[in-house]
This record gives sequence, structure tokens and C-alpha cells, in this order.
Amino acid sequence: MEEEVMTEKRPIISAGGGPRLEGAARKTLPMPVRYAINAVVVLVLLVLGELMIDGGVVNRYQSTVLEQVGIYIILAVSLNIATGYLGQLPLGHAGFMSMGAYGCSIFIIRMSEALGVGARDFVTGTPLALALVLGGLVVGGICASIAGIIIGIPALRLKGDYLAIITLAFAEIIRVVMLNIDDVVGFDLTGGAAGLTGIPGYSSFLLVFGCVAVVCFLTHTMMKSRHGRAILAIRDNEIAAEATGVNTTYYKTLAFVVSAFFAGVAGGLYAGCVGVLQPAVFGFMKSIEILVMVVLGGMGSMLGSALSATVLTILPEALRAFSEYRMIAYAIVLILVMIFRPQGLLGSYDFSLSRIIERVMNRDFPWARRAEKGDEAAKEVGADA
Amino acid sequence: MFENVSRRNFLQVSAAGVALLGLAGCNGSNYSAGGSEGGSGSIKVGIMGPHTGDNSSYGLACLNGAQLYFKQLNEDGGVNGKQIEPVVYDEKGDATEAVNAYNRLVQEDGVTGIVGDVTTGPTIAVAQASVADNMPCVTPSATAADVVTYGSNYFRACVTDPEQGRVMANFASEQGYKNVATLYLSGSDYSEGVNAAFCEEAEALGITITSQQSYAEGDVDFKAQLTNIIATNPDAILVPNYYQDDGMIVNQARTQGYDKVFLGVDGWSGIYGGSENYAEAANLHDCYYCCAFSSSNESETATAFVEAYEAEYGEAPTNFCALGYDAAMVLANGLAAAEEAGLEPGSEDYKQAVIDGIASGTVEGVTGSISYEGTGDPIKSSLIITFAEDGTEETFEVLEA
Repeated sequence: MEEEVMTEKRPIISAGGGPRLEGAARKTLPMPVRYAINAVVVLVLLVLGELMIDGGVVNRYQSTVLEQVGIYIILAVSLNIATGYLGQLPLGHAGFMSMGAYGCSIFIIRMSEALGVGARDFVTGTPLALALVLGGLVVGGICASIAGIIIGIPALRLKGDYLAIITLAFAEIIRVVMLNIDDVVGFDLTGGAAGLTGIPGYSSFLLVFGCVAVVCFLTHTMMKSRHGRAILAIRDNEIAAEATGVNTTYYKTLAFVVSAFFAGVAGGLYAGCVGVLQPAVFGFMKSIEILVMVVLGGMGSMLGSALSATVLTILPEALRAFSEYRMIAYAIVLILVMIFRPQGLLGSYDFSLSRIIERVMNRDFPWARRAEKGDEAAKEVGADA
Repeated sequence: MFENVSRRNFLQVSAAGVALLGLAGCNGSNYSAGGSEGGSGSIKVGIMGPHTGDNSSYGLACLNGAQLYFKQLNEDGGVNGKQIEPVVYDEKGDATEAVNAYNRLVQEDGVTGIVGDVTTGPTIAVAQASVADNMPCVTPSATAADVVTYGSNYFRACVTDPEQGRVMANFASEQGYKNVATLYLSGSDYSEGVNAAFCEEAEALGITITSQQSYAEGDVDFKAQLTNIIATNPDAILVPNYYQDDGMIVNQARTQGYDKVFLGVDGWSGIYGGSENYAEAANLHDCYYCCAFSSSNESETATAFVEAYEAEYGEAPTNFCALGYDAAMVLANGLAAAEEAGLEPGSEDYKQAVIDGIASGTVEGVTGSISYEGTGDPIKSSLIITFAEDGTEETFEVLEA
């Protein structure tokens, strides 16, 4: 019974609805209503969070950790596009993140000097500062996606281990360039090993989780579109996909670049959250950290990526009180999950609020279905006897 | 083996794991609560640094030094009759974790001052975050110039990298070296910072820099660079790196027949006689480095500190232990000023009083007397250390500020 559930194949992006009920016509929600419901829920959560921070229920320590949670959710969800949906194994996500972080913060620092926006304006959130931040995030994303195109076109001709190695190497190249570009070329951009300092603290709860919502929405809609189905087809069988007319090189690069773009946005948010960038932060271990989040949550599950990013970011902080044991606890959690749930916590299950609402509308509850299945099993046993 | 594990078994094992973690958590919190017996009349002080990971040797050394000072202070009756209660957080050498640890110290634990952070990157992140709170912080060892420039609330107990470079250039000039070559770690702000300042000051003093060679992180073979350097026939070679690399460089240069002078800075501390010997004693002749503290220093405060440290931890203190001790002393000096003024701990006035107390006070630390003149950079003396024939450190000279 258990094994049957484990091996049961689920569609990655469900077209909506579970098994059809026979007989009575199934009630469904029209698409605009689905989006409206989700938008309202996201807005309510954002406003609720902001009110709690303003009201002092959540102090600055907790809200900073929450911002980091949001940043890692974006990173994990974006890596999930390349890993879970496209089925490749890139090990260079930290490289894209650093491109975005440096691109965004250099843009914001230079532009705020030119436009006369002070560090204080970013905290109070004047319209000009806000526009600058959003512009910076887009610039960061574009920097990262340019890096994604440069590496994606040659690298995506390779598969598996080879792709992993080449992306790993590319991320190291980015890191070394960040480290040495000032000295070698004579620019005054990244600050070299000492790091880029004086980045205004523009990241806030609303901004970070606004970006999380936008990134999740865009990923979701992309994966439900023609392009998304092409990407999934490439993952499932590249040769078959090519034979049916999918331009595999184009779609692989597309998924890779979108993944890099979102990683760049996350990098920009990270820069605003921490206030100092050092190339050493974006080393190989950062890429692995993000990959661990995706694998732990379940490859191909956006909810899984988001959940495990949340847990793995909060865990080290929650365990801070007994710092000597926290790294052991972190490792134990990983080992336990990999032994007992090798497909990740959620496998490829994805959450859909509309699906649940539809279930409720149709009175199609899990316990009702379990009873039905039980009856069927009893009948089968009876027939055998 | 685990193919037949059911979901129920998985849940049971997970629950057991979670329960164990919970127990461990209780133990942990009991342990940390042990220090808070001072009751209501205690002052909370944060100590942060990398206590695990690559830079943990520095973080732990600073931690030990700072804790030793607070312990001694508490035994002597504390500050204004109040006991100091240190709250210790590890930040693993990561800027993000450092900001989290800082926010937690300020928001959850309500500390009145912080000893930290230890390494440059995380310290800059903390310094930027702390300006808004005007939180008094004293870093034992972050040497980058940026650290103290964000606000008036950040102080350091050590001298900066460029300052060390200038000290060594002056020393080289005093000793009459005419030609000096350098070998530094490319991509390290510490090594490059010292190298640049040394070369600038040395050339101003009329010393010829014959060659500037660099190597990359993780290199273990320096023979090519050393061959180039020795070909220029220098009187001295500046090696401004950390002790592992310095040890290998000295050994390899001596086997290549170079028997003249090596100059170094405080990264040399621990090259011989620590947990491991990185250079052979016979190779350490004619090596000079500047640092804030050496257990070979025979001043009264330094010997008393070495004795107390050895009694507490069973090992000889390093440069960083002494800097941690002094940073704690600087902070306690500021706290004493605020306590004397009778202010309410945690208020804005209290924090400002601590900052003013640090800025205007002078403390006689184990690394020399420390005072501040309008910036967070200390005015202090430095030591020139050399090595005896058996490799033990000797104080060659004390350079006053």
C-alpha cells in the first residue's frame, strides 16, 4: 500500500482537478476566479506581515530572518526551474546570484549618487528610491541572465555530470572575476577581496515577499504555458521531444536563463539585506546549499522548494541557542530525509489552492476516497477467495 | 535495508529525533543560563565571532580573551557593583549570519555593548547595521579601514593593515635595509593592503622595492617566486601573509640559500610554538614581525595576563587572545563611564555615554595602552618580535605610538 503511494506518478503541474467523479458533473472554478482568489490571499498575507512588523509583534531580528527566508525561496524556486522542470544539474547558481547582487548594488549605488538619493530615503521609501530599487533588481536580473546565456548556449549541449562540472567552473570564473576585475582592468567596481560596502539597506519584508509572489506567479504561469510543457517534455525524454518538433536548444536555454534571472533578483535582494558583498560568499558551497534546498523539498515541486528553503534558513537561526550542536542537527535532518524520502519531502507534489477549493465544492474529500478504495480492495480480496 | 520502512516508522524515528533535539536544546539553554545568576543587577554584553569554520581559530582566541576579562572583572566586583553577563554567538565567518547574530543580540537579548566581530567582511556588515542603533561595539581584530567609518559607535582594539605596513617600512628603514622585495597573497585584502602601504612608505623613505611577487590562495610551492626575488638580491623580503603560508615560504627560501631577513606582520603570530610548528626553528633566524602582543613581552600587565590565561585555558595566549581581552577591557571602560553617570541601561543616553566613555578614555591593555583620538582607530604601541635559536619568540623592540 505504502509503496504504491510512493511510486504513484503525479503530474508536475496539474491541469487542475484530481480523478473525475463519475456521474454528476464536476463543478469547477473559472480561471479568472482562481487567479483572483490567489491574488487576494497573497495580498492579505503581505499586509498581515507588514502590520505585524509595524506593530512590533515581529521584531527586527525576526523580520531580517524572514527576508532571508524570502531570498532563499526565490533562489530555490529559480533553481527548481533548471533542476526540477528542465531536469539538468547546474552547480553554479551562486554565480548567477553574485552577478545579480553586484549588478544590482553597483547600479543602485551609482544611480543614487547621480540622482542624489540618500541612504535614509531607501529606508523611508520615497518613490524615487523605490523606482531605483526596482530598476536595480531588474538590472541585477538582466546581468545574471546575460551570464546565463553565455554559459547556457555552450553548456546545455552537455548532459548530467558534464553540465554540472562546466556550470561549477563558470560560477568559479564569475567569483574570480569579481575578486580581481578592479586590479586587473583598473575599474572601481566590485571592491575586490575587501568587498563592496556601503550598499543601502533597501530590502524590506514587503519588497522581498512581493518579489517572492511575482517569481512564483511567473514560474507557475510559464510552466503551465506551451513553453513550460516543452520544457517538461525535454526533461522526460529529450530525444522524443526533439522528434515531436520541440526546439530543445532554445527551450533549454530559455529555462536556464529564466532561472538565472530570478537568481539575479534574489542576489539583488540579498545585497540590500546584508549591506556588504564579498566574492568569497558566493563560492561553491552557496550553490550546494541552494541545490540541497531543492533536492530536500522535492525536485519539480515549487512548494517543496519554498518549504525547505524556509526550514533550512530558519533552522540554523532557531538552533542558535545551542550553536555547537546546530550543524550536527542540520546534517542529521538531511541524512534522515535522504534515507527515508529520497525523492524529497514533497516529491513532485505541488500545492494548488483552487484544487482544494474545488474539492470542497464537490465534497470530494480524501477520507471519502480512502473509504471507496477500501471497499474496492475488500471486493478484490473477496473475488480472489 | 530501508525498503520496508513504513510511513509510521518514519514518523516514529523523526519524532524521536525531534525529541532528542529538543532535549539537546534544553541542555543548551540551561548551560547558557548558568551565567545569568548575577540577577537583576547584571549588564548584558554580546560577544560574537566565527567559532566554527575556517576562521574559527581567530574567533575562539578572541572569545577566550574576552571571556577571561569579563570573568576577572566579575570577580573584582563587576562594573558599578553589577556583574557582566556575556552572551556568545557564533557567526561562522559569514556576513549574513553576523547580521542575524547582531540583530538577535540587540533585539532579543538586549545587550548594552558588543565585543566583535572578528574578521573583516562580517564586521563591515555588522558595522553598517549597528549605526542605526548607535550600539557601542569594539572589534578585537577587524583591520579594514572601512569598519570604523560608518558611525561613531564602532571602535577597534587593533591597528589597521596599512598601519602595520607603515610600521614595518619604518622598521626596515631604521635597520638600514636598502633593497626589499615582497611576496604577498593575491586576492586577500589583508595581504594586499599591507603590501601596498609598505611599498608606498618604503619608497618614501628611500628604500628600493626590487620585486613584488604574488601567489594564489592555496599555493604550497613558492619556489618560482622566490627564485625571481632572490635574483634581485634584496636585503629583506616582506611576507605579509598568515602563518601557514609564511612558514612554507620561510622554509623554501632557506633551502634555496636565502639567509637574510624576513619581515612580517601580525599574521605571523603562531608560526612557531603554537599547536603546530609551521617553520623549522633553524630557519627562523633574522625574521622580524610586528604585532600587538607576544607572550615573550616582559611588561607587567602582559605577564599577568599570560599567567591568568594559562591557568584558565591551559595554553599560551596568542595575539588574538590578547586583542579579545583588550577589546573587552575597552568596552568595560565605556560601560563604567555610563554606569557612573547613573543612566538607565538600554536607553539612547546610556549607549551614547558608553561611546563617549570609550572615545575619551585610555585603558592600559595587555597589548599596550589604548586611546582614541576622534576616530575608532586606536593610538597604541606595537612590538617587533623576532625568534631565538630554538624558535621561541623574543621581543626585539617596542615601538611607541
